[in-house]
Amino acid sequence: MQIYLPIAEVSVNAFLLLGLGGMVGILSGMFGVGGGFLMTPLLFFIGIPPAVAVATEANQIVASSFSGVLAHFRRKTVDLKMGTVLLVGGLVGAALGVVVFNYLKSIGQVDLLVRLCYVVFLGVVGALMFVESLNAIRKSRKPGGAPVARRQRTWVHVLPFKMRFRTSGLYISVIPPLVVGVLVGILAAIMGVGGGFIMVPAMIYILGMPTKVVVGTSLFQIIFVTAFTTMLHATTNYTVDIVLAVLLLVGGVVGAQIGTVIGVRMKAEQLRILLALMVLAVCGKLALDLLLQPGELYSLGAPGGH
Amino acid sequence: MRAFLLALLMLLPGLAMAEEVVLGLSSDQVAITTSFDGSEILIFGAVKRERPIPAGEPLEVVITVAGPSRPVMVRRKDRWFGIWVNTDAVEVDRAPSFYAVATTAPMNEVLSNTEDLRHRITIDRAIRSVGAPDSVKDSASFTAAIIRIRRDNGLYQMLEGQVALDQQTLFRTAIRMPANLTEGDYITRIYLTRGGQVVSSYQTSIDVRKVGLERWLFGMSREQPMLYGLMSLAIAIAAGWGASAAFRLLRN
Repeated sequence: MQIYLPIAEVSVNAFLLLGLGGMVGILSGMFGVGGGFLMTPLLFFIGIPPAVAVATEANQIVASSFSGVLAHFRRKTVDLKMGTVLLVGGLVGAALGVVVFNYLKSIGQVDLLVRLCYVVFLGVVGALMFVESLNAIRKSRKPGGAPVARRQRTWVHVLPFKMRFRTSGLYISVIPPLVVGVLVGILAAIMGVGGGFIMVPAMIYILGMPTKVVVGTSLFQIIFVTAFTTMLHATTNYTVDIVLAVLLLVGGVVGAQIGTVIGVRMKAEQLRILLALMVLAVCGKLALDLLLQPGELYSLGAPGGH
Repeated sequence: MRAFLLALLMLLPGLAMAEEVVLGLSSDQVAITTSFDGSEILIFGAVKRERPIPAGEPLEVVITVAGPSRPVMVRRKDRWFGIWVNTDAVEVDRAPSFYAVATTAPMNEVLSNTEDLRHRITIDRAIRSVGAPDSVKDSASFTAAIIRIRRDNGLYQMLEGQVALDQQTLFRTAIRMPANLTEGDYITRIYLTRGGQVVSSYQTSIDVRKVGLERWLFGMSREQPMLYGLMSLAIAIAAGWGASAAFRLLRN
C-alpha cells in the first residue's frame, strides 16, 4: 500500500515504514537507544530527503522513547535526578549543535561531516563496548574467578560540586554528567539521532552507573532533547513529516514494548555485546560508503547551502 | 487569373492558421492525495484545418509536459585522502522538476535544431545553466548529471515515437507522472511540425496540487510551524503512551 508523505513529497510503501519502525523500536526498547543512528540512514536509503529524515526521526524518537520510559518508570529504573542533570546539559548541547550544523551547512560539507561523525563515533564506541563486554563475559565464565571490581575511584570522583544520586547509588560531581549531556546534545543535533548510543556507554564507563538504570535514564533525557530538536526543525526548516512520523512510531511503540521485555530477560553483558555488534555493523556500512567509489558521483540538491 | 487570386486569398489567412490544434486532456488536474502513487495523463487532440491536407512533408506532432522550474545545486564527489567527498558544485539556474517530450517520430526527423533552440523543446534546451565557477572546467557534465539522475527517477522522459497520429489529424499520447511530483502548473505544449519547422503550437497547463489532508498538513507546517511542531509532538507522545498502556493491558 503506497502512501504519499505530505512534507517529504514522496510516495512510500506504508508497510515498509511500519516494519522499519517496529524493527528499530525493538532495538530501542532493548538497549535504551533511540534507534536514530539506525533509522536515519535507513530513511535516506528508502528515498526520504535527508533533511526530512533527520527532523522526522527526532519526532519519532520522542514517541518510541516515551513508551519505553513508561515501562522503566514502573520498574523504578529511571534516575530522575541524574536524568535532569543530563537534560540540562543536553538542551545546551542541542542549541550549540544547531549552531555548528548551520555553520557546516554554510561551508557546504555538512553531509561529509555528519557521515564522518557517524563512522568515528560508532566505530570507537562499538569497538570499546565489544572488547569490554567480551572481557566481562570471559571473566564471568572463569570458574572461581574473582568478581569484577566495578566501582573504582577515578578522576570523576575527585571533582567538586558533588551530588548524591540515590537511584544510581552514586556520589559524584555534577560536572561529568553535565559535560556528557552537552556532548550528547551537540551530537544529537548534528547527526539527527537521540544520542543514546553515545550516552549509554558514557553513563556506564565514565559515570559508573549501574546498567539497569542507564537505559531508563537515557530514554528520559532523550525524550526532552529530541522534543526540543523537533520543535527547532519544525519552526526553522519545516521538515517534520507527521504522516511519516506516525507510521514509524506505530511500528516503533509496539517494537519498543517487545524490546523492553527482551532486554529485561537478557544479561547485561549479552545486551552490551549485541549493541556493540549493531553499532559496528552500521559503522562499517557507512565507512564503506565513504571509501568505495559511489555509483553516481553527482548529487542534486536545493541551492542555498553553499 | 481568377483561380490564382482565389487560391491566394485562401492561402493568406491560411498561412497563419493553416493547421490548428484542438486539444483534450484526460484530466487537467492531478490531485495529490494520501494514496497518490503517480498518475497517467492522456493527452489527445485533433488538427483542425480549413483546407485539404497539404502535400509534401508529413505532419508531425511534438508534445512536451514541463513541471515548475527551480534552481538546482549539482555536486560532484571526488576522491580526497581515500574517501569520497563532494568537491565541485555547479548551480543550474533553472531545471524543470518534471519534463516529458513525446513525438511521432525520432526527434531529428521531427524538429530542426533551430526550432528546438527557439522553442526550448528537448530536455537539454529546457535546462539553463549560466556561469559555472572558474574552478569547474566541465560544467556541461553537471547539466548532463541532472538529466541522467532525473531520467533514472522517471522525472525526465524522452518518448520518441510515442505519439500516435491517425490520418495526419488525430493524435494521442499517454504520459506517466511518477509519485514524487513537485506541486505547480505543468505546462503542456503541443507543436505541429512539417519538415522540421513548427507550423502551429498550442499551450495549456495541468494543475498538480495536494488536496485534503495532504494540503492541510502541508499548509499548517508552513503557516503555523510552532503549532504544527507541538501537534506532531502531542500525536507522537499520545501514540507512545497509548501503545504502552495497551501493551500493559494485554499482558495483565
